[in-house]
Amino acid sequence: MLSYIARRLMLVVPTLIGASFLVFAAVRIIPGDPATAIAGEHATPEMIEQVRKDLGLDQPLFTQYGRFVLAAVQGDLGKSVRTKLPVADEVFRRLPRTLELAVYSLLLAAAVGIAAGVLSATRPYSVADNSSMVLALLGVSVPVFWLGLMLMLVFAVELPRLLGLSGPILPPTGAGSWRHLVMPTLTLAAYSTAIIARMTRSSMLEVVRRDYIRTARAKGLMERTVIYRHALKNALIPVVTVVGLQFGALLGGAVLTETVFSWPGVGRFLVEAIGYRDYPVVQGTVLVVATGFILVNLVVDLVYAFLDPRIRYT
Amino acid sequence: MPSSTRASATPDAGAVAAGGAAGHRWWAVAPVLRSLGGFVRRIRRRPAAVFGLAVVAVFLLFALAAPLLAPHHPDRPDFTRALQGPSRDHWLGTDELGRDLLSRLIYGARISMLIGVISVSIGVGAGVPMGLVSGYYGGSVDNLLMRLTDIMLAFPSILLAILLVAILGAGLNNAMIAIGVVSIPVYTRLVRGSVLAVKEEDFVAAARAAGATDPRILRAHVLPQCVAPILVQSTLQVAAAILAAAGLGFLGLGAPPDVPEWGTMLSKGRTYVFSAPHVTTFPGLAVVLVVLGFNLFGDGLRDALDPRLRGS
Repeated sequence: MLSYIARRLMLVVPTLIGASFLVFAAVRIIPGDPATAIAGEHATPEMIEQVRKDLGLDQPLFTQYGRFVLAAVQGDLGKSVRTKLPVADEVFRRLPRTLELAVYSLLLAAAVGIAAGVLSATRPYSVADNSSMVLALLGVSVPVFWLGLMLMLVFAVELPRLLGLSGPILPPTGAGSWRHLVMPTLTLAAYSTAIIARMTRSSMLEVVRRDYIRTARAKGLMERTVIYRHALKNALIPVVTVVGLQFGALLGGAVLTETVFSWPGVGRFLVEAIGYRDYPVVQGTVLVVATGFILVNLVVDLVYAFLDPRIRYT
Repeated sequence: MPSSTRASATPDAGAVAAGGAAGHRWWAVAPVLRSLGGFVRRIRRRPAAVFGLAVVAVFLLFALAAPLLAPHHPDRPDFTRALQGPSRDHWLGTDELGRDLLSRLIYGARISMLIGVISVSIGVGAGVPMGLVSGYYGGSVDNLLMRLTDIMLAFPSILLAILLVAILGAGLNNAMIAIGVVSIPVYTRLVRGSVLAVKEEDFVAAARAAGATDPRILRAHVLPQCVAPILVQSTLQVAAAILAAAGLGFLGLGAPPDVPEWGTMLSKGRTYVFSAPHVTTFPGLAVVLVVLGFNLFGDGLRDALDPRLRGS
């Protein structure tokens, strides 16, 4: 196991370097001059030159990258062009809000997805199976932001009107209380719930065909024991990976969800920064999220290897 | 040419050992037609896939015959009728400029199909050759390409697409490019996996023994064996591309506001979600339907092409 961990950790380093270089290079390949883009349309040549100097764009590319990485590992992601505040402070101030949303969504998605998947697999082709799989298919086909808008419409307008209430049942935008969390969490969790349900179902169906399940049944165990003690444990191994990978998808999906609900997280910050062409913020935000995603993937792989010994010996 | 190439690529060591001549016999197309017939039969046994295909066909029809089917001009404003609900004149109502929503949705199908085709072409065009080379040659080329895909997969896909569009500049073309580029590593991995399984087969060894060059082996013998997974992935990828493009459009990074792209329409309609919900509801439903269609068809295609499920 230790050698597997070492090998896996070694793989993370080039990925992190590559991802940081991609983010770094992306901002430098803006068509035209990034300094001009950042300084704005009405900037004088002196202002553009100042921006170029401030961002170190007058240095050779690899010097720039070296500086960028050195600064980044020390927590310096540059300054926002718009607010002049350090990007790292701005990102880490908003990150807890995004993580809050992502974690609640992941918990909801895992709980509902696994339950639905097990229910479907234990009664294949029943009404319960068919309806949960139809819902799962809808879950992967619905645009996140549209689902958010429809929930807003239902909980803030239509339901209160039906019930004769004067205000919305749930606040359509903002953050700060559990009531603010409900709609964004439901919105963000929909896609992941569907993926987890589909994965759990297919994994369970695969496992229940195995010989050891037949043996368990043949020796007279109760169906419930066979399913929950013998089948589910093994069926959940690949599901763990999918649940972990969904965390990354949730971080990506948060960009849209936060925009719909004006949720003060990193995703909305990123979209605003793009609108203002605030490239240091775009670069810093994407780098932080990608690093988080890489680390989550690492943890998922290690957990997977711990759960399934076959992985670490290949 | 493609049909005869495909025929020569069937894992038949005898035919391959006979050299390239077998690949050019016109009657060699018969096994392909037979297997196509079997494939159609297997698809027809899956009602969900047939439903998905029907939905896709309807939207394809909208896309192809938009000028004939749209009841109004999609861009003609009528400020006296702005934000009206569904009526006899405007079946799905009008938008904030009084334009007919149904007509804009029908024209929007063109854009969505175009997004699907272009971005999948980019993904296939770059990802498939990379996967072929990576899996077939192995070694340092494989290592380099796999690290590159690792780096691209280190970003949540929508985030990478947003980053690319932020850099290239907002717009429909750049959105399609970004979505296509993001799908490249998916194809590379998929094809590499298939190649690793295929390259050890006897018919590849036979082709090599018969003197076939590496590019010919890859093109005529290995690639055809990877067509099924590429086809399935592409169908599902069209769905993912339409969703991603709608997301970029919603964020203001896709098509310009006057273009009837569904995500952009949703972005504009968002302002009126409480006062005129139809402006948001119908474009969203259009996205759901077409994405659902592609997903259902893709799932059915995967099941029909999976040899383990044959006869089920």
